[in-house]
Amino acid sequence: MSQSTPAIELIGIDKRFGAVHANRNINLTVAKGSIHGIIGENGAGKSTLMSILYGFYHADAGEIRVDGKTVTIKDSQAAIGVGIGMVHQHFMLVENFTVLENVVLGAEGGLLLAKGVSRVRSALKQLSEDYQLEVDPDAVIEELPVGLQQRVEILKAMVRGAEILILDEPTGVLTPAEADHLFKVLRVLRDQGKTIILITHKLREIMAITDTVSVMRRGEMVATRKTAETTVEELAELMVGRRVLLHVQKGAAHPGAVALSVKNLTVKDSRGVTMVDNVSFDVRAGEIVGIAGVAGNGQSELLEAIAGIRKPVSGTITINGQEVSTRTDPGLLRDLGLAHIPEDRHHMGLVLKFEEYENSILGYHKDDKYLSGPFLDLDAIQEDAKAKIEKYDIRPPNCRLKTANFSGGNQQKIVVAREIERDPKVLIIGQPTRGVDIGAIEFIHRRIVEMRDAGKAILLVSVELDEIRSLSDRILVMFAGHVVGEKTPDTGEQTLGLMMAGIAA
Amino acid sequence: MTLTDFLLLLRDSIPGGVRLAIPLIFTALAGLFSERSGIFDIGLEGKMLASAFAAACVAFVSGSPWLGLGAGILTSMLISLLHGFASITNRGNQIVSGVAINFMASGLTAVLGQAWFGQGGRTPQLANEARFEPWEWPGLEAMDQIPVLGWIYRFIISGQNSLTYLAFLAVPISWWVLYRTRFGLRLRAVGENPAAVDTAGISVTFLRYRAVLCAGFLCGFAGAYLSIAQSAAFIKEMSAGKGYIALAALIFAKWKPVPVLGACLLFGYLDSVAIRLQGKSLPGVGEVPVQIFQALPYILTVVLLAGFIGVANPPKAGGVAYTKER
Amino acid sequence: MSAQPGQLPPFVNYGVMPLLNLVVAFLISGIVVWFIGESPAEALRTLLEGAVGTGEGIGFTLFYATNFIFTGLSVAVAIHCGLFNIGSEGQAYIGGLGAALVALTLGDVMPWYVTAPFAVVGAALFGALWALLPAYLQATRGSHIVITTIMFNFIAAALMVYLLVNVLRVPTAMAPETRIFAEGGQLPKLGWLLALFGLKIGAAPFNVSFLIALAMCVVVWALIWRTRIGYEIRTTGINPTAATYAGINYTRMVVIAMLLSGGLAGMMALNPVMGASARLQVEFVGGAGFVGIAVALMGRNHPVGIVLAAILFGVLYQGGNELSFWIPTISRDMIVVIQGLVILFAGALEYMFRPALARLFSRTPRSGEPAVAKA
Repeated sequence: MSQSTPAIELIGIDKRFGAVHANRNINLTVAKGSIHGIIGENGAGKSTLMSILYGFYHADAGEIRVDGKTVTIKDSQAAIGVGIGMVHQHFMLVENFTVLENVVLGAEGGLLLAKGVSRVRSALKQLSEDYQLEVDPDAVIEELPVGLQQRVEILKAMVRGAEILILDEPTGVLTPAEADHLFKVLRVLRDQGKTIILITHKLREIMAITDTVSVMRRGEMVATRKTAETTVEELAELMVGRRVLLHVQKGAAHPGAVALSVKNLTVKDSRGVTMVDNVSFDVRAGEIVGIAGVAGNGQSELLEAIAGIRKPVSGTITINGQEVSTRTDPGLLRDLGLAHIPEDRHHMGLVLKFEEYENSILGYHKDDKYLSGPFLDLDAIQEDAKAKIEKYDIRPPNCRLKTANFSGGNQQKIVVAREIERDPKVLIIGQPTRGVDIGAIEFIHRRIVEMRDAGKAILLVSVELDEIRSLSDRILVMFAGHVVGEKTPDTGEQTLGLMMAGIAA
Repeated sequence: MTLTDFLLLLRDSIPGGVRLAIPLIFTALAGLFSERSGIFDIGLEGKMLASAFAAACVAFVSGSPWLGLGAGILTSMLISLLHGFASITNRGNQIVSGVAINFMASGLTAVLGQAWFGQGGRTPQLANEARFEPWEWPGLEAMDQIPVLGWIYRFIISGQNSLTYLAFLAVPISWWVLYRTRFGLRLRAVGENPAAVDTAGISVTFLRYRAVLCAGFLCGFAGAYLSIAQSAAFIKEMSAGKGYIALAALIFAKWKPVPVLGACLLFGYLDSVAIRLQGKSLPGVGEVPVQIFQALPYILTVVLLAGFIGVANPPKAGGVAYTKER
Repeated sequence: MSAQPGQLPPFVNYGVMPLLNLVVAFLISGIVVWFIGESPAEALRTLLEGAVGTGEGIGFTLFYATNFIFTGLSVAVAIHCGLFNIGSEGQAYIGGLGAALVALTLGDVMPWYVTAPFAVVGAALFGALWALLPAYLQATRGSHIVITTIMFNFIAAALMVYLLVNVLRVPTAMAPETRIFAEGGQLPKLGWLLALFGLKIGAAPFNVSFLIALAMCVVVWALIWRTRIGYEIRTTGINPTAATYAGINYTRMVVIAMLLSGGLAGMMALNPVMGASARLQVEFVGGAGFVGIAVALMGRNHPVGIVLAAILFGVLYQGGNELSFWIPTISRDMIVVIQGLVILFAGALEYMFRPALARLFSRTPRSGEPAVAKA
């Protein structure tokens, strides 16, 4: 097997989006008839690379060889033409179509449907026998469970004669049982000679199913290993890299009374998938509780539920002794002393078209000090904004500037200043330093610690393990919607990493 | 008016209702093609009006209804291209584009009509040969012997013009195109999830352009019907909101071809009853305001949209320009 | 979800772009005029002379502009909340009913300045109520507001015809219209205002509604940019997710914005009904609701821009009348064509010139952070 021509060779692939260097000179060889994993953190460039291979983006430089032949993949049609199929993270299915219609789409084989439909129907029957890919061809997609919808995506690729199948984070939406079944199918496919590329950030999956694994980090391909010859520890280290440890000066915590209490909380996302599953924990005044976890394990939904943005399915949330879980009213929660620095400043924390001072009151625009009667007291608001700009060194120091024109770090400071300066009792923070420059990171970290020392209860969610470890007084690890363990901040990165991967508790 | 009179009126409104439904059928089917591909089409009204004008002009000049029809179709398709250029190529707001088209059609037909013919926006009266005239079917007398069927044969089946028969033909053809051809499958898919179409290696832009051209094609028939079949001239603003009623019928039919036929016939019939009921008083009720019948299509559609008669799910990707991003 | 292919400096966005759109619309209109065998230059001259050449012309121009200020504000307020209210036409129509009812009752016994405030409230109330159901259905049941407001336009038309024919008509008269309002139910002309500039108003029905419209511009400006509600409306319109985060109730905002929008549309009725014809007639709105869309688009949803755009359309309306009078081959529908072109270029094709303008004026105003790309 190792002697034959590789199924895919990528040579020197390079891709930039504006100033973001998504892929840097990537080389990758995938052997025929193997399952090749590509692992890396969110934003490492895995999806970009695969989108280039599938013709969705065009590389700025580099060469693609399929079966030893150099090919130009100008669009998805061309990718399909050379035998590449892709199962996207977000399914590319027409929800009110039947399975059959979805599979036929783009592979009709003529102007009329009848022939293509009967051909695909028998092909589906054949495939279900060969690869254990049973699915009712006449079922409507939106009535199928997610696992079966994904199977339709695989079938779409197979019917088009894909020899190489790319799966982008395929288990993100699956239950463990569905994921196990998927892996079984993938093994069968490999054993029948298909080549499979599996993109994931889950170490456990890599170890469970791949033959070879390549690690990406910040747009670069940093290593390729035989799965049998590597360990989870090594991969974790390769993925994360040796980072500059940001040192945060902080003394011992002096936790007081419980200020935020979450009991048996269950939250579903908009698709109805349970994202937070029966989670309970307390945060006391004067401590920082960090939630570590790989993105997508329920942290976002947890934050949104506590902030009153997403209605929980069951469970209770108590803020300063007052139960609020049934109230999805962020305004009320703010009045109870809750402040929320959201994960995504662009979509949630800021209105980018607003001038800076307008954002400096978002959520607090009902406060008396900003109003005179029904009118906004612009003088007071702008004075207040100027004071925050000065205190937080927001640049440029102009509260009349459109928020979109501030840099990421300064935008984040606008949010942080707004939420912290209200002097909340409970502060919940998501990804406080995502897309923020080093100087601002340090500044924001210092503020958070100051808040703790002032006796505030702080819940911190971050996918940056360093950040969690250096700021938190206690660490909860979330995996697949559960809190899988509580650790002290001096716990080793590897131990936490394994817990985050759902491997050890 | 006695109860018998009223029932007779209800019966006698049927042939008129069919005639009034014809432009609605063409136009609603036009909207069906456009909206199922994800392009909202408020400009149906304008397309109908413009094609009515073009058809009347060309039929007058050439003396041929078929050339008139061709001109109507061509005009309507050109407007569709403009709508496509604005909303597909330039990703403009589809509603705004439709509103603009309605304005331009309403203005241009009147301006050109006045400039060319000087009759206050009217086109000259067409000779009978220049119009689509009703066909009289054979054996009317014989069929009259049969109750009910004879009446249907004389007043509904016979005595219609070519475009009417085409309208009834257009429904199964549209259904067949949408549900039995490759183009139809792709068209329905692109209105629901353009990304799925794109990743299947199909051009979203080209597909949507073809869909709006289909809409233009069908609207052309509707316009021609108004000016050279139903009437014998173009009259200013002769579409009189029919494009919007067709839109309502399309929604009322939940964006499906066969129910579109039903909805259009219903709305056409309501219109016909309203015309005949004008100024008459009903037994036991008194005079029924005809405006109720005029407003009924819209009221029914709103009630449907509010979710009280099943659920009307518009095409999911409707109204949104496709951007290849993830 | 604004596509931003390079940011444009404000003077381009608010000045050059609308002007360019206007010029293109006029150029094409000129071609149409040339096509029907008339001189575009002559037509333009006649149009402008008719619109602003005499005191009476100006009076008529401002009379039409008054309608468009109201409907433009109506459309703009809804857009600030992210809603496309295509139903200003119907809301204005129903608003006329409110105004007429006040004029027919209170106007008989009170002087105009007592009647007027009640008429304003009546018109606004009726217009707002007509917007309420579409708003509620949009907010709670997701019924597309564009579609429901279109439907409501037609329902309004049917309702008003019914009322005018069967209920409000003078029994002895044929025309479907109310009786002439008593003096107390009429809004006085603004001859004195034009006289200040040495102009004679003549037969122009330029009336107090204009001042009410200007007052509404101030009210809308203050409301949108200076009040808490306005802040919440704008937040909802630009970024609904951030609005939810900030504890702003979506349903409430949609309903409030549409009530305001409908109310402003309703007030438009004051001008033709109480200011000009002194009675309620069928189809008195005459498309002003739709023109409001063009006015709001061109005026960039700001009262100052709306006043300017409304005056522009007022010029078109009045000038168009004169044009068709002096050059009979050009029917007054020419202005409808120009409106359509303006809507097309300022609205649907607004991105067409944007890339070119962006290249012309690009000075990369962003400091620091590049657009965050999601990989």
